Amino acid sequence: MSQNPKQYYLPGASLWPLISSIALFLMAAGFSMSLNDIASGDYVLIAGALVLAYLLFGWFSEVIKESVSGFYNKQVDASFRWSMGWFILSEVMFFAGFFGALFYVRNFSLDWIEAGSYFQGFVASWPTAGPSWPLTGEATKAIELLDPWHLPAINTLILLTSGATLTWAHWGLMKDNRKQTIIGLALTVALGVIFLYLQMHEYAEATFTMAGAGIYGSTFYMLTGFHGLHVTMGTIMLAIILFRVLKGHFSSQDHFGFEAVAWYWHFVDVVWLLLFVFVYWL
Amino acid sequence: MSTTTATHHDDHGDHGHPTGVMRWVASTNHKDIGTMYLWFSLFMFFFAGAMAMGIRAELFQPGLQFMDPLAFNQLTTLHGLIMIFGAIMPAFVGFANWMVPMMIGAPDMAFPRLNNMSFWLLIPAAILLIASIFVPGGPIAGGWTMYAPLSVQAGMSMDMSILALHILGVSSIVGSINIITTILNLRAPGMDLMKMPLFIWTWLITAFLLIAAMPILAGALTMLITDRHFGTAFFDAAGGGDPVLFQHVFWFFGHPEVYIMILPAFGIISTIIPTFARKPLFGYASMVYATAAIALLSFVVWAHHMFATGMPVAGQLFFMYSTMLISIPTGVKVFNWVATMWRGSMTFETPMLFSIAVVLLFTIGGFSGLVLAVLPVDIQLQDTYYVVAHFHYVLFSGAAMSIMGGVYYWLPKWTGHMYDETLGKWHFWLTTIAFNITFFPMHFTGLAGMPRRIPDYALQFAEFNMISSLGAFALGISQLLFLYVVVKCIRGGAKAAASPWEGADGLEWTVPSPAPFHTFETPPTVK
Repeated sequence: MSQNPKQYYLPGASLWPLISSIALFLMAAGFSMSLNDIASGDYVLIAGALVLAYLLFGWFSEVIKESVSGFYNKQVDASFRWSMGWFILSEVMFFAGFFGALFYVRNFSLDWIEAGSYFQGFVASWPTAGPSWPLTGEATKAIELLDPWHLPAINTLILLTSGATLTWAHWGLMKDNRKQTIIGLALTVALGVIFLYLQMHEYAEATFTMAGAGIYGSTFYMLTGFHGLHVTMGTIMLAIILFRVLKGHFSSQDHFGFEAVAWYWHFVDVVWLLLFVFVYWL
Repeated sequence: MSTTTATHHDDHGDHGHPTGVMRWVASTNHKDIGTMYLWFSLFMFFFAGAMAMGIRAELFQPGLQFMDPLAFNQLTTLHGLIMIFGAIMPAFVGFANWMVPMMIGAPDMAFPRLNNMSFWLLIPAAILLIASIFVPGGPIAGGWTMYAPLSVQAGMSMDMSILALHILGVSSIVGSINIITTILNLRAPGMDLMKMPLFIWTWLITAFLLIAAMPILAGALTMLITDRHFGTAFFDAAGGGDPVLFQHVFWFFGHPEVYIMILPAFGIISTIIPTFARKPLFGYASMVYATAAIALLSFVVWAHHMFATGMPVAGQLFFMYSTMLISIPTGVKVFNWVATMWRGSMTFETPMLFSIAVVLLFTIGGFSGLVLAVLPVDIQLQDTYYVVAHFHYVLFSGAAMSIMGGVYYWLPKWTGHMYDETLGKWHFWLTTIAFNITFFPMHFTGLAGMPRRIPDYALQFAEFNMISSLGAFALGISQLLFLYVVVKCIRGGAKAAASPWEGADGLEWTVPSPAPFHTFETPPTVK
């Protein structure tokens, strides 16, 4: 590519968009087939996931190559910053939907069930004792709640520490202290993995599951599950950034790839704090 | 605003003028992608319009003529879903693609490849929606709002529709991030925010709405699919959940969505009216603030869709008053359009005719919206044809007719040819008259209590329904004329000058018609 790096960067023709559309089509078609017990659905879904993996790998490699070849100027850098910020806003709103559901259930519909004033249908569904949080379903079976001051508190510490190590790594990068950057990033990745391990441990130990534990189980697993998925993605992204640091892709002046992942990681951190307060603690 | 320097290299094949199928499939050009968006939208407009013809054929007479109630509801549901997500939204994104870089003096969108991805994601979503017609049980029939618990019980087509909407959501979010970044970061030197054309402002705010609202829809759909298949109880009263929760989450997305479909229309109207009134837009700054106010208010009015569902009186009153508040910024806009025309030297080319019709007819839709905002009235009119009349006055004579006006306005720039003015005017008059014949009587049938989404009706509604159906058939056929005019204009016609409209203002008119493949290789300076 004969682009002058000082000028606006216009990428050439690219097939990645089409491949993304094929990947999502296969995944959506396969998923709706397997949800409805059509045997070949799983294979279509897996094929779609493979195409998606190929897409992510290929497209990001191309962008990284363009980046290290110096095609991106200050303006492209600003575009990346704006777009990452707006992307994180969309993620905030995605979680807001689930937090809103939790808020609505705990503060409104719970009372209405008790009062029986607005929704008579509820009362019919609730022949037994009056509802209280945690609400687990018609059986109102007692479940053992997770003590917030055990695993969840440890996980809070882990994520907060990982935010600190990541910032420390960033300081290292800005000072051109390669060793500090690498140690900081490696620690952050390790903390992310430990968090995920503990989270899986918690799921395995929990006395309730997503299905059959009523609205409590639904909100608990939806919120922590999507958070865990985001930590997984963040950890993978951090690992890739670590790999890129090792390859010397970043300079103290030019490392937005690093910063974007750091923003994302801090966002995931904040979501966890809200989870800790509203899902585990209160 | 950093300085923009743009370039492209003819010595590089990728950046010249690619040909053949790869020009479209692998495009990174905002104009080609915009063209694909617009054609996709037009196809979907006819597809969902054909469904509307089926609906009106069934309602032509009382009794069941052509279809059973299930098929009727499948038609209304798909008509709504496809018109909203397949026709109107992609059309506006098509306009944004074509016009945003040209209007702000940028060489292209900020992320040309992501731009193409936003378009190509529409295709799998459309395939899933259309394929859902053929799966066992047929397409979804519970209305485009997919209320639980009906949607929890529906068949395989519900899963396909949910996933199609997820993909459309990804497409919208990616597209919006692209548009918002382009506007914020790629403006030509000198173009301050308050010097941007109003169309750019409305799209900036629309993109914000999309980024904030589409993820909420994704959340609602995710809860729906886990309720359907993974044993959660979000919308299941037996598990402590609440079916009304779905409505709250859905409309928290759904109401901003309504403005997503009208704000770009306001932008188009605000561009066309000054041109043909030969006066600058009256009250530019107030237009910007009114747009922002509408956008912010759109997040605190959602439960007015649910007055009849049941909620505490305090909530009902809050949502009633907040809804009424929206009429203030909207009124500001209408008065500004009228004031722009006041004592202008007006001419009435087709785009101007469409714009004036939009101002008049959208105002009718706005007023019926104000009527519906009144709590006791709404409880009476909920789910009647009055509501159908209301949202077609804002969505057809607001959004769709602005799109048509915008197409006529910018066709010379897109194709390099003038469209056939006589046929354009025919299309305008046929559309406007047929539209009113179709939807105006629905105010009366609705006030008299005719419920929507029911294939049969009481004999007292027979005359009005027959009038509506006749109007609808005329409206449908008139759109074939639109297709003909557009195709004719693409294939030939009088050569269009760089600025074919006498009173037109804006950077897009400084470049030749048709606009060159890459518009601003060096950024223009805006004074």
